[in-house]
Amino acid sequence: MSRLAVPKTYKLYIGGAFPRSESGRTYEVLSASGGFLANAAKASRKDARDAVVAARAAVGGWAGATAYNRGQVLYRIAELLEGRRAQFVAEIEDAEGATRAAASAQVDEAIDRWVWYAGWADKFAQVTGNANPVAGPYFNISVPEPTGVVAIVAPQDTSLLGLVSAVAPALVAGNAVVVVASERFPLSAISLAEVLATSDVPKGVVNVLTGSPAEITPWLASHADVNAIDLVGASALDWVDLEISAADTLKRVLRPEQGPDAAAPALGRITAFTETKTVWHTKSMR
Amino acid sequence: MTGTSLITARERALAVLGGEPDDATLRRYLHGIAGVDAVGLEQRAAGLGTRSIKTTSKQWALDRIIQLIDLTTLEGADTPGKVRSLVAKALVPDPADGTTPRVAAVCVYGDMVPYAVDALGAAHGDPDDGLVSVAAVATAFPSGRASLEIKLADTAEAVAAGADEIDMVIDRGAFLAGRYGLVFDQIAAVKEACRRADGTSASLKVILETGELVTYDNVRRASWLSILAGGDFIKTSTGKVPSAATLPVTLLMLEVVRDWHLATGQRIGVKPAGGIRTSKDAIKYLVTVAETVGEEWLVPHLFRFGASSLLNDVLLQRQKLATSHYSGPDYVTID
Repeated sequence: MSRLAVPKTYKLYIGGAFPRSESGRTYEVLSASGGFLANAAKASRKDARDAVVAARAAVGGWAGATAYNRGQVLYRIAELLEGRRAQFVAEIEDAEGATRAAASAQVDEAIDRWVWYAGWADKFAQVTGNANPVAGPYFNISVPEPTGVVAIVAPQDTSLLGLVSAVAPALVAGNAVVVVASERFPLSAISLAEVLATSDVPKGVVNVLTGSPAEITPWLASHADVNAIDLVGASALDWVDLEISAADTLKRVLRPEQGPDAAAPALGRITAFTETKTVWHTKSMR
Repeated sequence: MTGTSLITARERALAVLGGEPDDATLRRYLHGIAGVDAVGLEQRAAGLGTRSIKTTSKQWALDRIIQLIDLTTLEGADTPGKVRSLVAKALVPDPADGTTPRVAAVCVYGDMVPYAVDALGAAHGDPDDGLVSVAAVATAFPSGRASLEIKLADTAEAVAAGADEIDMVIDRGAFLAGRYGLVFDQIAAVKEACRRADGTSASLKVILETGELVTYDNVRRASWLSILAGGDFIKTSTGKVPSAATLPVTLLMLEVVRDWHLATGQRIGVKPAGGIRTSKDAIKYLVTVAETVGEEWLVPHLFRFGASSLLNDVLLQRQKLATSHYSGPDYVTID
């Protein structure tokens, strides 16, 4: 007997909840062969604003957690991704028209990158911080601190790997993230959000918007309460203007990257979203 | 701010009640008022909350909200310095934008009134003249659990220190026990204590603390009781009880004010307080006021918001309209 399929509704991920777009809009997500896959929420600028508010509220707790704890939480995400491998592989096969082997390889690479970045959480400060030599009886210590709220335009040509490669490094230092997922391949991003919602990541630390990056990104770039913007997936947008409006509100900016090496794992992606704090402390005089 | 004098208020009450305001007469009168259709009330309030507000109206609404705010600090940890910074913010809410209007009043504990008056200086006065009033909570705020002598002394002290408005709490225990006469007499006595030496009188806001009155019927009765006893304003809450101002409760109180105006021609003010934190919420209240009692109620003498964090959100929305990009909490003062 045939049964009626129950298609899943893909919604946004803001502040630990899965709301529909405030605008009520959706758009059709199509498979590589042009078939209907699902309806995804089409986020509006107000959704972006709500996501920034949620991220701002989450920064304190996430940045205040110990680096060791952040590493554990990030590693836990990799564990959960491993448990839902089959779902991600199937989604990538459907959306990108990839072979099973290629889809599996993408999921494996995404999980490996989570693990790689998770490992950095309690180590990057040792590499990028410093005890500076000064002419006086003082310790002079520089430590990296998170920038705050980071907006990310995820790479547009992959479902999962690009998203993970851009989001994970921003989280390592203790930033909260608002990420605009790939417009063509948004479903894995929301599935990843479901993984995050059931992991130990505090609500609001990661917020996922689906929809048109061309529509949402300018609002994030000009938002005064966003501290940095990663334009890695924005090469198709008018990103020079985005960079200009980001400069108006003193944001750190990472420029677009293209090709298979886009957002390749690097310590630089972690330190791009940190600020160096330098403190003086007297030495004991005996 | 001259409220109606006690004599006429009492005469009016006697005329409406048809007898002395004792427990029995008030009980007969208040319990004779039709019950509240709770479902209808909440549906009406929800409906009023869904109006679409266009940009130009929003601009007007944001400025008007600021003009209607009682900027409040009611903490045990309040210091003279905190009150001075509150006053500075009341006078110049947004230092980056000189077109921002001033708030209606600052609302503080009675013992902080001298500091507020001092900090306001020449800017102390009637909000209608672009000046800022001083409101003081009194009568053993927030519980109201003290003897009448203490409540009256509390009130008289604040008025003598220069408070223009007194926010009193009713004795909810007495109200819930059915001692309506006692509540009436206390409000009337506090009203008398608001009188200044020169014969003028501080405006009296009566806090019902709707979160503790439990039912809409009680809120309606307490509203009538407070107005009969001479209150110039009825106010929802102290802000110290979890269930504070809600749109349905405010709508209900506005309906009482409307009915009272139709019956006697006297205009009573309404002040929702506690829990209104966003411009979006505040605009819903403006819509509710305009639709229930009319736009002429959207003036500082007839409608106020009791709020502390609301002002910052309104300022952020104003900045958004001015610059057309979203602003952040780094661009308003911390309070």
